[in-house]
Amino acid sequence: MSERIGTVKWINGPVIRAEGSRQVGMMELVEVGEEHLIGEVIGLNGDIITIQVYEETSGMHPGAPVFGTGLPLSVELGPGLLRSIFDGIQRPLPIIEMRTGSFISRGVHLTPLYRKDRWEFTPVMKEGTVVTGGEVIGTVPETPSIEHRVMIPPDISGTVTWVAPAKSYTIVEPIARVKTADGEKELTMLQRWPIRRLRPYKTRLDQSIPLITGQRVLDTFFPLGKGGAAAIPGGFGAGKTVTQHSIAKYADAQVVIYIGCGERGNEMTEVLQEFPELIDPRSGHPLMERTVLIANTSNMPVAAREASVYTGITIAEYYRDMGYHVALMADSTSRWAEALREVSGRLEEMPAEEGYPAYLAARLAEFYERAGYVRTLSGEEGSVSIIGAVSPPGGDFSEPVTQHTKRFIRCFWALDKSLASARHFPSINWLDSYSEYLDDVAPWWHKATDQNWIGMRNKAMELLSEESRLSQIVKLVGPDALPDEQRLVLETSRLLREGFLQQNAMDTIDAYSTVQKQIGMLALMLYFHDRAHDIIKMGATISVIHKLPVVDTLIRMKTQIPNDKLSMIDEIHEAINAQMTQLEADYK
Amino acid sequence: MSELVDRGGQEVVGVSRIEGPILVIENAGNLGYDEVVEVIDSTGHMRRGRILEVSEKMAVIQIFSGTTGLSIDGTKVRITGSTLKIPVAEEMLGRVFDGLGTPIDGGPVPLTNHFADINGQPINPTSRVYPRDYIQTGISVIDGMNSLVMGQKLPLFSGAGLPHDQLAAQIVRQATLGAPAGESAKHAEDFAIVFAAMGVKHDVANYFKNSFAESGALARVAMFLNLADDPPVERLITPRAALTLAEYLAFEKGMHVLVVLTDMTNYCEALRQISNIRGEVPSRKGYPGYLYSDLASMYERTGRVKTSKGSITQIPILTMPNDDITHPVPDLTGYITEGQIVLGRTLYQHGIYPPISILPSLSRLMKDGIGEGQTREDHPHLMAQLYAAYAHVQDVRSLASVIGEEELGEVDQQYLAFGKAFEGKYISQSFTENRNIEQTLNIGWDLLGLLPKEELTRVSLAEIDKYYKGM
Ligand SMILES: Nc1ncnc2c1ncn2[C@@H]1O[C@H](COP(=O)(O)OP(=O)(O)OP(=O)(O)O)[C@@H](O)[C@H]1O
Ligand SMILES: [Mg+2]
Repeated sequence: MSERIGTVKWINGPVIRAEGSRQVGMMELVEVGEEHLIGEVIGLNGDIITIQVYEETSGMHPGAPVFGTGLPLSVELGPGLLRSIFDGIQRPLPIIEMRTGSFISRGVHLTPLYRKDRWEFTPVMKEGTVVTGGEVIGTVPETPSIEHRVMIPPDISGTVTWVAPAKSYTIVEPIARVKTADGEKELTMLQRWPIRRLRPYKTRLDQSIPLITGQRVLDTFFPLGKGGAAAIPGGFGAGKTVTQHSIAKYADAQVVIYIGCGERGNEMTEVLQEFPELIDPRSGHPLMERTVLIANTSNMPVAAREASVYTGITIAEYYRDMGYHVALMADSTSRWAEALREVSGRLEEMPAEEGYPAYLAARLAEFYERAGYVRTLSGEEGSVSIIGAVSPPGGDFSEPVTQHTKRFIRCFWALDKSLASARHFPSINWLDSYSEYLDDVAPWWHKATDQNWIGMRNKAMELLSEESRLSQIVKLVGPDALPDEQRLVLETSRLLREGFLQQNAMDTIDAYSTVQKQIGMLALMLYFHDRAHDIIKMGATISVIHKLPVVDTLIRMKTQIPNDKLSMIDEIHEAINAQMTQLEADYK
Repeated sequence: MSELVDRGGQEVVGVSRIEGPILVIENAGNLGYDEVVEVIDSTGHMRRGRILEVSEKMAVIQIFSGTTGLSIDGTKVRITGSTLKIPVAEEMLGRVFDGLGTPIDGGPVPLTNHFADINGQPINPTSRVYPRDYIQTGISVIDGMNSLVMGQKLPLFSGAGLPHDQLAAQIVRQATLGAPAGESAKHAEDFAIVFAAMGVKHDVANYFKNSFAESGALARVAMFLNLADDPPVERLITPRAALTLAEYLAFEKGMHVLVVLTDMTNYCEALRQISNIRGEVPSRKGYPGYLYSDLASMYERTGRVKTSKGSITQIPILTMPNDDITHPVPDLTGYITEGQIVLGRTLYQHGIYPPISILPSLSRLMKDGIGEGQTREDHPHLMAQLYAAYAHVQDVRSLASVIGEEELGEVDQQYLAFGKAFEGKYISQSFTENRNIEQTLNIGWDLLGLLPKEELTRVSLAEIDKYYKGM
């Protein structure tokens, strides 16, 4: 398959130039040197071929051969993706471990999907059917959580001449044949797709269903629509990874793709050790059964880091095409942008801002545009939601990656260093964050909870922004100078901050809140506020309110009320009512 | 492979340019990227260098010991056909090496045929074991609020003139494998220590040497020294040489290794210098765009793997230029390491040792290393409560500075008292004081006793019943 196409002339880290054939295509997968290191053609100029190499190039010297493959850099798609962990160019890390031990050596050639596993295939299509790309030929129970739907590849259409009977097959055995305009094609469960090309769908649909993450500040205050895109920017230690991990655990997506892009090895290990043990609250099966991990950690080759986000999004689109809701997390997109910058720098391209290449914005746009809620080629609904972490240098959001990302996402979860230092987690700043999906998803919430979600949410936001205004005054004159009505705003906001917005990812009860628990808690706090407000109008002081035992209850309820004991919310409602009524009696 | 061997020993001539530590040579077709070369000057003296960029027509070579005395004519470059490797052996503990790993203590070259590439190889994430065993350092602010875990990389962010060296020495001296409060460690095992100095002064290196000697640790320490007056380019190798030995000791010999790297800021400056001479496009403050990846290639050489019972724990030290935590060196370090211990000038000026700024400090691996069975069940909530209370103290202090202490409400006054006591009794301890985890936790509760119960919303009601000592 690989023939010699050129000779290495220049080496600078992951970027090399070779002289050779003019037949080589842009983005073609090539192999470099005697060790056949994997690379991709990123530039052509006369007979000079510029290649980014996905492995360490130490020891390579001019004169080394370059081999072509004639194929673009692609991922393998088929049963066996779920539960796997791959590197940035989809090499299976557990198999690499079997080959080379605890440390990753270069030049290891492995197929992403294991060829020998057998999968129970059940055909759902009859011979003689006229088909187009995306239609489902048969199904495979890939994991207890997910039925894998084997599809006609997007670029194939014709008449089905043969479908394999229900039986177990490997992914390389034929399972169907289709007569197309250019002859009969044999299909297997294994398919390939170039990572830099988006997979087609029929149409885009509205993003009116929220991706429920179980994180109160996200779902209730800054919701993301399924098929939407969100960014989590924040300085180091602000909480990007913990938030992304929480979403990966609790989001109501059917499939989760988690990309560790240029981040820590231990964080991937944590997911690998935790997810097989954790039970998905919805399916009742281990979380790993719905998860694909891509790990190209900060010390792994930088060019493969660049590829990792494309590898991930292509796999996400593939499950979307089966009619699933997929959530993709990329931690961190800044490291991907830096990989672009590093390669661009070695090519001595003209930099735009802060050394980033001028095409940074275009690449970010292309990536986030691959999110969407779509009608698939087979007529199903499916979605890919993207949640990208951004790591701005010095925590300063005015830098290019954060700024350009903002143009292509509609949900901005701004992490705040000072909240994180005070251990207010998740440190999502409620004044700097925004969601443009509020109106889109409001009808869903109203239907799901039968309550005026948007009204309550806006009321709470009003209190919080009033608090921020008042605390400017408090800083100058102290709280005692404020009238009690305003001090109540501070008190309720404190309840909202400590009792609602703060959510401890390490607490078994608090880590995840159902929408019912979220709206129940919010209603209680607003009810408390309204009742207290009336009593203050009657002449009570804030300190009387502050001393009510229910204040402590409201702050602690997030860790006290399990998701399946929501009747406790009614009890607290009763307690507020009783304590307030008693107070009222004193001031009547 | 055979081709590499064939090239070894060949010599090339044709130096076309020398600038700073960089030498450019023509007709270099046979050199390999990142390989080591031997550069021989006209007097026959040999020095080593490394290939940064190579094409058929030229190669860019970085000379470790500088280019002083090299001339355009008369300089020969001998190919070794190999990347930079150092010998690794257990006998290297107790020894002192220069920044490239050559002995400078008068002793013999380590007798081994085990050579390892100084760049190492990335640990496969599937081979890692998630670090969970805490190290008791005997320092309350660390053990109680920012626990260090075996296999963690936890840097000290410091500033010029702050006592980071003392703190690092104290950590190294007192570190033991942690045990639950009230129990003693099941197996007390001494850490092997790998110490790398990059561009620090002689007295700093001596300070560490003496401190290791005093605690009787010297036989367990390997020192790699590139001092302030040593060639800056060598600094780019020093931490890698140290980590190469650490990996051998941890993952092949099953030892628990503590690695101290100081000062990473000097390392980064050397990297910047090379980058600037090569005319690379800078990102922030002149540092190259690949600084993050470069630092990660060292910091990530930390942790535990399934195939060995050993571990590497890293304590890099860096001084923040201008005390600025957003400077690229601390910033990119913080983005890679698993937390940071930040030293603060204000505390230091108030005579507090160790002057650790609580709020910006963080240990990310703490959550799995503490709590029931590891330290004590109340530890996670206690630490969150101390953090929240001390964060509030800062607000109260700034309010007090505007309206005056007397004008503060009763609760705020109590916060002020808490803040003072916290700094005086919890943060503050002497250089020789070694507190066990139980002492540290109990001091925490003593201090919370200064605050009214209703304020303590981060600890559970059960914990308040059991430990709260206030009214
Ligand atoms: N929801 C949460 N609950 C409890 N603790 C949290 C939460 N979010 C963050 N933290 C704490 O903050 C620490 C840092 O969070 P995290 O690792 O997610 O930061 P990050 O933004 O990803 O940083 P970096 O950019 O350096 O990777 C965690 O180790 C944890 O101690
Ligand atoms: Mg992170």
